[in-house]
Amino acid sequence: MALPRPITDGLVDILGAGSVLTKPEDIIPYSFDGTAALWQMPSAVVFPHTTEDVSRCVKFAVAQAVPIVTRGSGTGLSGGSVPSSGSVVVCLAQMNTILEIDPKNLLLRTQPGVTTLSIDEAASRHGLFYPPDPGSMRISSIGGNVAENSGGLRGLKYGVTRDYVMAIEVVMPDGRVARFGSACVKDVAGYSMKDLFIGSEGTLGIITEILLKLLPQPLARQTMLALFDRIEDAAETVSAIIAARIIPCTLEFLDQMTATCVEDFAHVGLPTDCAAVLLMETDGHPAAVADEAEQMASIARAKGARDVRRAKNEAEALALAAARRNAFSALARRRPTTILEDFTVPRSELAPMVAFIAETARGANLQIGTFGHMGDGNLHPTFLTDERDTDEMRRVHHALDMIAKKTLELGGTITGEHGVGLAKKGWLRQQMGDSSFEVMKQIKRALDPAGLLNPGKIFD
Amino acid sequence: MAGATLRTIDYAVLQQCMHCGMCLPTCPTYDQTKQERNSPRGRIALMRAVADGVLDVSHEFADEMSYCLGCLACQTACPAGVDYAALFETARSDIEGHNAHRGISRRFWRGLTLGFLFMHPSALRFTGRLLGFYQRSGLEALARRTGILRLLPPALRRLEPQTPRVAPRFSPSLIAAHETPPGPARHRVALLTGCVQDLVFPDVNRDTADVLLTNGCAVDTPATQPCCGSLHAHNGDLGRARVLARRMLDVFPPDRYDAIITNAGGCGSHLRRYASLLDTDPIYRERAVVWDRKVRDVQEWLIEIGCRPPRTSPFTEVTTVTYHESCHLVHGQKISREPRALLRLLPGVSLVELPESSWCCGSAGVYAITQPEQAERLLGRKTANIVGTGASFVATANPGCHLQIARGVKAAGTHIQVAHPVSLLARAYRREQGSSA
Repeated sequence: MALPRPITDGLVDILGAGSVLTKPEDIIPYSFDGTAALWQMPSAVVFPHTTEDVSRCVKFAVAQAVPIVTRGSGTGLSGGSVPSSGSVVVCLAQMNTILEIDPKNLLLRTQPGVTTLSIDEAASRHGLFYPPDPGSMRISSIGGNVAENSGGLRGLKYGVTRDYVMAIEVVMPDGRVARFGSACVKDVAGYSMKDLFIGSEGTLGIITEILLKLLPQPLARQTMLALFDRIEDAAETVSAIIAARIIPCTLEFLDQMTATCVEDFAHVGLPTDCAAVLLMETDGHPAAVADEAEQMASIARAKGARDVRRAKNEAEALALAAARRNAFSALARRRPTTILEDFTVPRSELAPMVAFIAETARGANLQIGTFGHMGDGNLHPTFLTDERDTDEMRRVHHALDMIAKKTLELGGTITGEHGVGLAKKGWLRQQMGDSSFEVMKQIKRALDPAGLLNPGKIFD
Repeated sequence: MAGATLRTIDYAVLQQCMHCGMCLPTCPTYDQTKQERNSPRGRIALMRAVADGVLDVSHEFADEMSYCLGCLACQTACPAGVDYAALFETARSDIEGHNAHRGISRRFWRGLTLGFLFMHPSALRFTGRLLGFYQRSGLEALARRTGILRLLPPALRRLEPQTPRVAPRFSPSLIAAHETPPGPARHRVALLTGCVQDLVFPDVNRDTADVLLTNGCAVDTPATQPCCGSLHAHNGDLGRARVLARRMLDVFPPDRYDAIITNAGGCGSHLRRYASLLDTDPIYRERAVVWDRKVRDVQEWLIEIGCRPPRTSPFTEVTTVTYHESCHLVHGQKISREPRALLRLLPGVSLVELPESSWCCGSAGVYAITQPEQAERLLGRKTANIVGTGASFVATANPGCHLQIARGVKAAGTHIQVAHPVSLLARAYRREQGSSA
């Protein structure tokens, strides 16, 4: 749907002609994000460079009643930045400057379009690190991470994006610029407003600047692979490690299908002949690392691991983690369409959950690869299918429904780290219950009464 | 992929892209603009829109496919295994079929080069001789002095100073049709002399033959060889690419050789794909499968057969060398370890890693001609990285990269030299015998 000429002209007046795209060849590539089978053409794509640019765009769009969809690198996995009909996409990829690093206070101030990897690299030049490491960290934008409250491989020990956001600057749905949070470790002045915007998926405001907390790099790290012939044994190993009061930084699980696809791509020596692989990592003081690694290895063996292998050096450890980050995309080698889920359950319920997923796939005659952050109870069952096969797609959606119901029965959540977006909104009311769901909608209405910011995401 | 257009290719090849975005950080054009249409997944989305009938093969579409370097860095990065090279060649072929490129002079130059010169090796060498005469006779200097070159169209005037220096003698004057190693021949190989390599760097071909001979290979190098067709395939002329592939299979029946050797990254990447190029050709299809199995980059082959380490250094003093990866060697053929392994065999050579060694230098076939601004930006970035290593030699294994980087380091005012890794190896072997190279 083309924008009326005066609206395009107005955006060009604000940003300049080079920063407003309307030709089909320019905007077709913005009709999707990293989520499978969700497409919608925007009416225009604009590239602001400053907070002021964003504010003026929002004021103008709101005056013209044009919906706005914010986008970073477009790697989201719940359709959060898939355009809504007739919307203008505000792409922050060119707001990509790290504004300041403050090693004394372990802080980093940045624009939202900087990639997650660049943040971590900048920190590492000062002996620091930024822990959240989503699979797409080489390209995902930090603004997108905050808007989705992204997790990653190190969530078990280090938490998620929320745990590292000290303050944000937000352009509100009426174009005002607001700042929430501060550089102080302790700060209880007023509502914890920044927390409302973290994970708000672009529905409450546009995040234009972020102050992040960094940590000192750990002195030592040990990475191991444990090989299992039964998936349930891997799940029990995870529960046993947690029960033994060990907090490793990573406990990643890959089933045989996933391990095979990843190995096909990355050639890092992942075993492809066992039912499950656990990628385990501990970091910290060298003595503690050595001790924890030993304990984890013996727990895995006691729970039936066929073999436990240690990474020989840092390079091998990094290669294994990098390979694991490609799991989702590598699974796409098998079938034309790859539908990724993000169910999360309390860790004690992992074994029944994993078994239920496998059983559901078998029952519906579907191909499924499961991997995930087992230490967080966060699983990514991934359906390998073909969006053009309507019968198979019907079975996929039915299986997804069953797995979602089971997740909720076990006290879990429909999404651990990808967000609700378009893909998961059908289950949200069921998970939250009527009154919580309504409170959330009330907040949306209060801040964005015209409903122009990322309409149709999270809820209708 | 024979005869394919975007509307008719197997749709699953397009669907293979699940738009995860892992390709974006490796794409030199996306890195420049941060706009999706300039990225691999954006281009695939446009191709898919054409396949779906949502988008025409428009001028804009043609411009975008022309802006793509075809460096294939995305293919290395892609966990989902998308065959971008096949999609890209199909898109460019579709564009030619729809005549969607702007400009009339383009048709003339395209016809002259792809349609004539690179189809007829003798005409190409004749043109090379004329150009060489012009360059060496003083005519070029005269033309530059008198300012007559100002009469050239602007695009040509800009390119004129970049014209490569044509060698005085081409490969057949340097290499006999059959050469045998000093000892018993352990392998029999064919040596492809290439087009640009033959006209501009025939000594690299001589060096390649020498190194193969030293390592026990009998080397067949027919004086007249067809172009491999990579220029045609990359530029959307799959029909002529097939004609050339068939000629190549006639000149070098693959079952006669243990390996078919190329020393140019750009050629090698295409040479290994004859089977898919000729997959609907009942006569040549099977021979092409054998061919694909036997094509080797010379560096890969040397490592495979166990290259003998030279006893002397190629240099008189300890020399720092860095290595730039040709895109079509590292991304197109996944050859990255072998050249470095060869350089490490050289006594007296200290190999330093080049930052961003697999980032395109901007040469990219005819890219420096079609997209001069982006090519210059990439060359600047490459040159800065090279200068930063402090190396006095850059090794690289593709004539396009060789020319481009030589121009870059010279323009930067350095004395850094460029050489094919095999040339350094040949030099070291020659110095073993006491004769300096």
